[in-house]
Amino acid sequence: MTKKKESISVGAPRRAAVSVATDKKTLESICGMGARVVKQSLAEIDPFVDVPQRTLSNTTYNERKRLLEMGQSKLRRNLFNTAQAKKFMQTLLLSKGCKDLIEARKTLSLRGMYYMSLHSIPGTKEKTFAGQDESDGILEDIEVAMETLRENLHLFAKKRGTMVGNITVRDNGDEIDCRRMGTGGYAIPSICEPGVLEFGKCEAKFVLHVEKDTVWSRFNEDRFWEKHNCILTEGSGQPPRGVRRLLSRLNRELGLPVYCLLDCDPWGHYIFSVIKQGSINLAFESSRLAIPDAKFLGIRAADYERCGLKDDVKIELNDRDTERAKQIAEYPWFLGNKPWQKEIQRMLRNGFKMEVESLITKNISYVTEVYVPERLKAKDWLE
Amino acid sequence: MTTLESANGVAVTETKPKSAKVRRATAEEMGDRQRDIAVSEFFAKNRHLLGFDNPRKALLTTVKEAVDNSLDACEEAGILPSIHVEISQLGETRFKVTVRDNGPGIVRKQIEHVFGRLLYGSKFHRLKMSRGQQGIGISAAGMYGLMTTGQPLLIVSKIGKKHPSHEVVLKMDTSKNRADIVSETEHPEDDSLFPDGHGTQVTIELEGRHQKGRQSVDEYLEQTAIANPHASFTYVTPENERMEFPRGVEELPPEAKEIKPHPKGIELGTLIQMMERTERTQLGSFLQEEFCRVSPSVARELCERAGVTNRTWIKQVGHKEAEAVYKAIQEVRIMAPSTDCLVPIGTKALLSGLLKGVKAEFFSAATRPADVYRGNPFQIEVGIAFGGELPKDESARVIRFANRVPLLYQQSACCSFKSIVETNWRPYGLSQGRDALPEGPLVIMIHMASAWVPFTSESKEAVADYDEIRKEMRLALQEAGRKLGAYIKRRQRMKHETERRGIFERYIGETARACEAITGTPAQSVYDALMRLAKTKTEEADQSLDDEGQVLESHLESDESVVIVENRIAARQEVEPTLPLHEALAIHEPLSGAKPAAPRSAPALIGKVKPKVKPKAKPSDGNLFGM
Repeated sequence: MTKKKESISVGAPRRAAVSVATDKKTLESICGMGARVVKQSLAEIDPFVDVPQRTLSNTTYNERKRLLEMGQSKLRRNLFNTAQAKKFMQTLLLSKGCKDLIEARKTLSLRGMYYMSLHSIPGTKEKTFAGQDESDGILEDIEVAMETLRENLHLFAKKRGTMVGNITVRDNGDEIDCRRMGTGGYAIPSICEPGVLEFGKCEAKFVLHVEKDTVWSRFNEDRFWEKHNCILTEGSGQPPRGVRRLLSRLNRELGLPVYCLLDCDPWGHYIFSVIKQGSINLAFESSRLAIPDAKFLGIRAADYERCGLKDDVKIELNDRDTERAKQIAEYPWFLGNKPWQKEIQRMLRNGFKMEVESLITKNISYVTEVYVPERLKAKDWLE
Repeated sequence: MTTLESANGVAVTETKPKSAKVRRATAEEMGDRQRDIAVSEFFAKNRHLLGFDNPRKALLTTVKEAVDNSLDACEEAGILPSIHVEISQLGETRFKVTVRDNGPGIVRKQIEHVFGRLLYGSKFHRLKMSRGQQGIGISAAGMYGLMTTGQPLLIVSKIGKKHPSHEVVLKMDTSKNRADIVSETEHPEDDSLFPDGHGTQVTIELEGRHQKGRQSVDEYLEQTAIANPHASFTYVTPENERMEFPRGVEELPPEAKEIKPHPKGIELGTLIQMMERTERTQLGSFLQEEFCRVSPSVARELCERAGVTNRTWIKQVGHKEAEAVYKAIQEVRIMAPSTDCLVPIGTKALLSGLLKGVKAEFFSAATRPADVYRGNPFQIEVGIAFGGELPKDESARVIRFANRVPLLYQQSACCSFKSIVETNWRPYGLSQGRDALPEGPLVIMIHMASAWVPFTSESKEAVADYDEIRKEMRLALQEAGRKLGAYIKRRQRMKHETERRGIFERYIGETARACEAITGTPAQSVYDALMRLAKTKTEEADQSLDDEGQVLESHLESDESVVIVENRIAARQEVEPTLPLHEALAIHEPLSGAKPAAPRSAPALIGKVKPKVKPKAKPSDGNLFGM
């Protein structure tokens, strides 16, 4: 969805949240990899780094835990392979960057790390990275290859996602009352680990997660969270790790059910799938991020008729949408789920998608005053 | 209904009653007007048949006919040809062409016949591989000159040191197909024209147009030099520039043997004509003596099949019997004609000719065994030049030769062109459109040697399309093409490997530095090790094996029909391929003015620097192949 573009924040006034013991372990992993590459090189063997594969084929669905899990297969990244040579170099370059960062006991954004490792390769006009996307991908590789987490590499992503509701949290020691956040709300940080973010007093009975900021603002203005005693969050499209980690902890530690209000389109369905089961890319973190009990409140394909919406809200499904919807229906965790199969089929039969905002055509506050309360009351949701 | 006498005297019924009754001519009147047409008159009116269609072509044809005659004469007399061509511009469209050779010269009484009569010569009535065939060329050129400028032909000839040189001015009489002598002088002591003591010089003034580039005199001479490495040429252009095409081989090609016609190659009319003219009295001896490959048993078999005997008197053989003999010839198996009448250029000489004429990096050549079309033996040779400074994005350039004479016109009508188009060049690593020439930095040379080259017209511009000829051409092209394919594949792999190495080397430095920062191992040691590894990694692939499991390199380079010029491969990136073929070959020296010749940027100009030749055989002095 939205691209990460963030400012450099080298040495943010953030107390490194990672324990010395974890740092030691991470450093050992990085140095171990470096030593292996040196050993191979000096022995004049084509040096390589093994990186677990982050693809659908290397992802399995654990029925019992209702989570996506990463498989065992690894990708060997060789220096002497024209397709991999640059990535190999980047892997080592970023590993070195992480090592420097850990040793300095400072934290950096992904973009900061990209800039830290960016320079022209001597004797050429080529830069070490063509863009931040390249470095972000490699950093995820390092994360999996070192069997650690982004936080432990002293890295964080751009803040995305907002929270408001009947809860108090302590972020890096500062107490934040989420009931008094005005119109802007509390920006959910990238790192929501215990130790950095602790929960304080909480009266809320459930969490309502909406897809994006515009819908969230509507709910916040109508003081929905106050009326219904809940926590209101949004994740700017596909929620980043921080938001997912927070939702997961609210669900697990405070026992709050999580309801999702997302668009009626393949993308909305996919977001729900990621919140519930975890993503393919970050399957290795599913156990920390996924919420197997999450519930899909809407928008449902049947709502067009049920709510008596006008034709204007219809957005035609294009070929890519149709294809994507079929792919999602084939995911193993959706495959045996009859209500979901019916939902996707219904959407395909409709031939159009709908955004949450389409409910505004009924009435400005229809979604907060009628739609969501009715659904919750009727316990009408998909799991 | 009226009956009218038509022009040809045949009665035609005319249905229009009102048409005027006009008696146009009587048979007698017409009979008075019917008479002989001199061949020369016919050709004067149909000069396009002889290659004088337009002023530009006329100039080229004139030079070509004279040079072809000179080369033929020199070779027949066993003299290494040295030929001097000079063209001077007299007016905007008027030129004077002078061609001088060191040939045997022409005896005085034959001069007016050789130069003044069409269809007069030594070459028509025999079957022998030579450039000229009909005896038309040079006389036609003289006639064209006379017709367009009114100026007569000037011939100077000397047959030996002790003989005087004769200067003869000739004027053709087209209606009689003979020449009138305008004036004649004898120069007993004058040797300035002929340092060897013998030779012939022809001067023709004509209407023409001079233009460089394709189908020019320059191109003709340059290609002639490629196909005749044993000859040397000097050319003084209308701009008074001097171009030299030095001799590449100091040995004359073996003389072609004259052969008798093969029975399978003649037509019924020719057979009857031969019977009328023969001095033999009996059919059997006629067949055995006038044809090749007819043994007594073959003659007997032919006669038996025709229902006559080999004792039958020739005079008693009528049309019916002749036809029976002709039919028998077609049915009986007769041994193919001997091929010692053919003198191919030869793979080595061909390569040496191409090497000095074309600035390519790769050369391969193929000479096919002789074959027969319509009873005429022939042999096909192909040379291919690739890469180097040849233009990359154009269609292949085709240079065609018949009996060592370049064919510059009517390329697409030529059998060789068709054979190139129908050959599939894609397996050899070249791109090729449908029904088109292959694309790329490529020159394809095709030579056909034959006692009788089947041209499509008298102007000798294209070889007729016989299945046998086309097949041989295709096989020769494929033979040379396969070697090119192996080379291109190797070159692509080399290029690929170089690129691969470049990619590795680019990232090795960064990797080594990162390794040092992580582990403390000095970057230099990791760097050195990885660079060594990069080299071996890419070298390994360099020497990958070809399909037959042989290392490609030694395979190609031990082949005698292949030459690879390494310094031109290296020069590819630096030198723009702008030098046209003829400039690459010739050395320009302005005759007047102290200004030095045009900058010689490329190092491989002929006679200056010998290109490095890959075959291990050391190039000896001026003789690349020890020929």
